[in-house]
Amino acid sequence: MSAAPPRLSLDRLAASIPDGASLALPPSYSGCAMAAVAALIRREPRGLHLIGVPTGGLMADWLIGAGAVASIEAAAVTLDEHGMPPRFVDALQAGRIRMKDATCPAIHAGLQAAEKGVPFLPLRGILGSDLLKHRSDWRVIDNPMSRSPDPIVLIPAIRPDVALFHARAADRDGNVWIGVRRELMLMAHAARATCVTVEEIVDADFLADDDRASGTIPALYISAIAVAQRGADPIGLAGAYDPNHAAIAGYAAAARTQSGFDRWIAEHVLGAVPA
Amino acid sequence: MSAPAASEATARAEVMIGAIHRMLDGLGHVAVGAASPIPGSAALLARALSGGRTRVSLLGSRRHNAFTDGGQELFDCAAQGRIDAFFLSGGEIDGRGNINLVGLGGYPASRVRFPGSFGSAYLYHLVPRIILFREEHTPRTLVERVDFISAAGSSPAGEYRPGGPQALVTGLCVFAFDKARGCFRLETTHPGISVSDVRAATGFNYDGPERVPETPPLSREALKLLRSEVAAQVAETYPAFAARTWGC
Repeated sequence: MSAAPPRLSLDRLAASIPDGASLALPPSYSGCAMAAVAALIRREPRGLHLIGVPTGGLMADWLIGAGAVASIEAAAVTLDEHGMPPRFVDALQAGRIRMKDATCPAIHAGLQAAEKGVPFLPLRGILGSDLLKHRSDWRVIDNPMSRSPDPIVLIPAIRPDVALFHARAADRDGNVWIGVRRELMLMAHAARATCVTVEEIVDADFLADDDRASGTIPALYISAIAVAQRGADPIGLAGAYDPNHAAIAGYAAAARTQSGFDRWIAEHVLGAVPA
Repeated sequence: MSAPAASEATARAEVMIGAIHRMLDGLGHVAVGAASPIPGSAALLARALSGGRTRVSLLGSRRHNAFTDGGQELFDCAAQGRIDAFFLSGGEIDGRGNINLVGLGGYPASRVRFPGSFGSAYLYHLVPRIILFREEHTPRTLVERVDFISAAGSSPAGEYRPGGPQALVTGLCVFAFDKARGCFRLETTHPGISVSDVRAATGFNYDGPERVPETPPLSREALKLLRSEVAAQVAETYPAFAARTWGC
């Protein structure tokens, strides 16, 4: 089909993400596009605004360590059981990046507002949190539908320039199968452009099969696809392969210093140029 | 790690699991967030003891997590009142039930940075029974005033707040949260811990009688279930914790 999104090499896919872009990334339990981030680092981007949906992890820390990031919005930034992401902590303390602390459902609500094409969504909770003091873009209004006073928080739409994630498979028309990982659907609906890496491209039509179609992002939301086998290493991909905990722990230890990070990335990421 | 230290850690984990699982008795739906092996174990134990009537959603698990609408579903569920209990912790927890998951010593360039608030700022207000847990019970974790309020322990009258703290379970004791007064009350101390041990280790003020009961141990039946069936379920999501605690 002519409307299918282009199949690109990893480097071409990375090149389609411009300097200064706002870039939505999935959490560690979803589809982390590690190979694409490696390709992105090879092109030395600058000034990216990361959005963790709803948290940031290894992808974010690699990009921060590579000097590619100006700011990050997330409900948390973490390497899970491997502790704090060392380059994030260092950059934040040195003032090299700006952190927009959020809470998980506020990130989802912002993306859902973008998905609906509305300027904001109201969200319960959050009142009394110091997050509100530091988020001048979040507003508190009195619920206009209520007869009694009812303060409620408004979260502005988050419309990322690019959503970037990894998935199990795309079909020949560029429909991308994500299974139950529907935060990836939300990201694709909300973003202006969606770049996806997949384990494989299958000669099939996922939309022709109801079982598949219910977990499939239609090609109309997909801007570019690249094949990256084991493209989520070392974070792992649920249902396909496990996290490589030794590699993540090795990274967490090595990246405590910038020079350690530079060496680790050169050896494990930049050196591993895909075929 | 020496064997006695390991068994002491196991005993402490089991007494905390025991205290938490009793708070979940009879509930319909218990959800467990990230990095919560002790609450996760307690929730799975409560489910096993309920004969499956208590539903458990363990985030981070493939097997014990029925959500199919992405990371957003837990939060939508909570706002609709479909979740009866959830667990929160904090780098700091203060005497008013405020929790800090962001950092110590200034913001945004904190001296010590924690991961971030996750869903706390929202779920604390919406889930009726929030059980706070923090194994490390010291004056640096349980403080007079948190450096950053990720989520507030209580809200002014007139704010929509069906949820809030019910209890705080630590490695030393169980506190109940008094909603009306907005502060904690010492309920039980774990075996071998005195009320003065708790007072000395706590950085905030709380209501504490001179004598409180000991945190009850798990029943033989519950302990057997925990160390076998439940431990195996816990190992799926928290392999390091299960190996450390039960050698599985």
